[in-house]
Amino acid sequence: MTDAPSTIAERSAEMLARATPTTIAVRVRGFSDRAIAWLFITPTIALLLAINIFPLIWAVYLSFTNFRANRPNAEVEGVGLRNYQRVLNDPDIWIAMQTTAHFVFWTILLQTVIGFAIAYLIDRKFRGHAFWTTVILIPMMLSPAVVGNFWRFLYQPQIGLFNYIVSFFTGIPPSSFEMLGSVALAPWAIIIVDTWMWAPYVMLICLAGLRSIPDYIYEAAEVDRASAWRQFWSITVPMALPFIMLAVLFRGIENFKMFDMVMLLTGGGPGSTTEVASITLKREAFESWLTGRSSAFAIILFVAVFGLANIYVKALNRVKQR
Amino acid sequence: MSSTNTTAHSVVEPTPTVKRIAGAIVILYALVTMVPLAWIFLTSIKSPPDSISYPPKIVFTPTLEGFCNLFTTRTRQTPDYIQSLPAPTGTCDEITRSRNMVIAGPSNYWPRFGNSLVIAFGSTFLAVSLGTLAAYGFSRFRVPLADDLLFFILSTRMMPPIAVAIPIYLMYRQFGLSDTALGMILLYTAVNVSLAVWLLKGFIDEIPREYEEAAMIDGYTRLQAFWKVVLPQATTGIAATAIFCLIFAWNEYAFAVLLTSGSAQTAPPFIPTIIGEGGQDWPAVAAGTAIFLVPILVFTIVLRKQLLRGITFGAVRK
Repeated sequence: MTDAPSTIAERSAEMLARATPTTIAVRVRGFSDRAIAWLFITPTIALLLAINIFPLIWAVYLSFTNFRANRPNAEVEGVGLRNYQRVLNDPDIWIAMQTTAHFVFWTILLQTVIGFAIAYLIDRKFRGHAFWTTVILIPMMLSPAVVGNFWRFLYQPQIGLFNYIVSFFTGIPPSSFEMLGSVALAPWAIIIVDTWMWAPYVMLICLAGLRSIPDYIYEAAEVDRASAWRQFWSITVPMALPFIMLAVLFRGIENFKMFDMVMLLTGGGPGSTTEVASITLKREAFESWLTGRSSAFAIILFVAVFGLANIYVKALNRVKQR
Repeated sequence: MSSTNTTAHSVVEPTPTVKRIAGAIVILYALVTMVPLAWIFLTSIKSPPDSISYPPKIVFTPTLEGFCNLFTTRTRQTPDYIQSLPAPTGTCDEITRSRNMVIAGPSNYWPRFGNSLVIAFGSTFLAVSLGTLAAYGFSRFRVPLADDLLFFILSTRMMPPIAVAIPIYLMYRQFGLSDTALGMILLYTAVNVSLAVWLLKGFIDEIPREYEEAAMIDGYTRLQAFWKVVLPQATTGIAATAIFCLIFAWNEYAFAVLLTSGSAQTAPPFIPTIIGEGGQDWPAVAAGTAIFLVPILVFTIVLRKQLLRGITFGAVRK
């Protein structure tokens, strides 16, 4: 920091202070700062209390009862921890968790590899890179539900464009495989759409990371005659790592909650091969109407995301400090 | 030092060959990812037989049939009955009659689209207004437990939407907010305000306090200084935040499908329910999807700078 006032505002503030030294005391009118602080923050807090906190507390309460939303007049009984025990002992829920883990793992892996590669290439600053960056971003702006619904058409076995393109390049007959109807392929059908949609997001964050690496580090490496390969692994990757890890965190949280795209593409099927946690939760809460039990499941999910995210952030901070 | 600086640019700058290869791969990727989108727009102007032909048709006679089917409900009639009708009054009338059907009335598409507009813009306006005020409060004043509050506000976004929907469903049923635009606006505002406060606090932190202090010395009250000095400075940040809120509210499906069913239903839960005779009417679905995507595409292209700033800024600050 310099001693001389640097910004125009600072300078003008100083000039004003010099020009009108006696009038400052008169200026305390209108609301006090304290009043304004509360006036400004209270509406947001009130809204969050009403729409976020209150329902959350209600859900915690419901998770200890046998309440069913389709029988609002039935007597509500406390059941202690029985809902939690049942959820944790339910093999179907563990299968749903495995499905979710499989989905999260593969989408993150693919999106990170593709996203980072594209960001690295865009950072070569070829002509027109800004325009193509915008084009690449388009899929992530679209509604996963509405576009996911249209992907069902692309995945049609005989008439779908996806099957046609695959058969065009591989020679496999387009009606010989069903992306959404087969147990083996359905999870991958969802992973492809999710990657198509969200690799651009990872790309954008990686790009911010790559652009934050100062040129002089590469210049120093060049002076030391480090090879391009060496520069990539010793400078580019480690310095972009906190950004890559952030992108992984956000995609991880989002895909752990994934609902709309899976709902529209497969609805959890065939059978329950693509039934991720949110779909199981929806079935229990809004089809079986086991409100108490599903509330317990919801809270277990929230605690799991929250806990994992916190552990991850700690690791991230350690990487940042290096 | 100065000698390394003059040559530095050429050392870091990639060679033309590298640039060309990088450009080719990126452009190829961009074009491949645009194929599904192009297919939506192509399918929307195909006739139903063209849309399901094998191999997929790229050259075809464009028709408005998909849009006609999207906007209307139709009933099948005998050719004799159609012959007895007065001359068709419009393109859609003509197309419908050529399929041995007559238009029975308008479909629900525009009302659902209208709901999407009202709910998305209403909640964005509320979330950004509340968020700007709260962000200013958190940025400029000492608020007890501010960090905990901010972290807590943000962590509410980690809840799976279905988990939030269970108690909201019960609460809305109690208060008569089920299937109302107001209920959806309040819900989307609550979801968005957490991100809005977080993003906007960062933008407002960047505006030097000296600006307001100078204005207050000049005779403005704190409120006037906020209105006339801080807000104009924060416009870019507010725009970036507003786009995020708008895109979320426009695209949201999980809450919409669980909490609305009739009068307040938005477009995302409605579009997948568009069906024709004997299965999904894909040109109509594509037409509905295309119309729904156009506003977002325009936003993305026109406001790309604010958007880029918002995404990277929001991510990097967290």
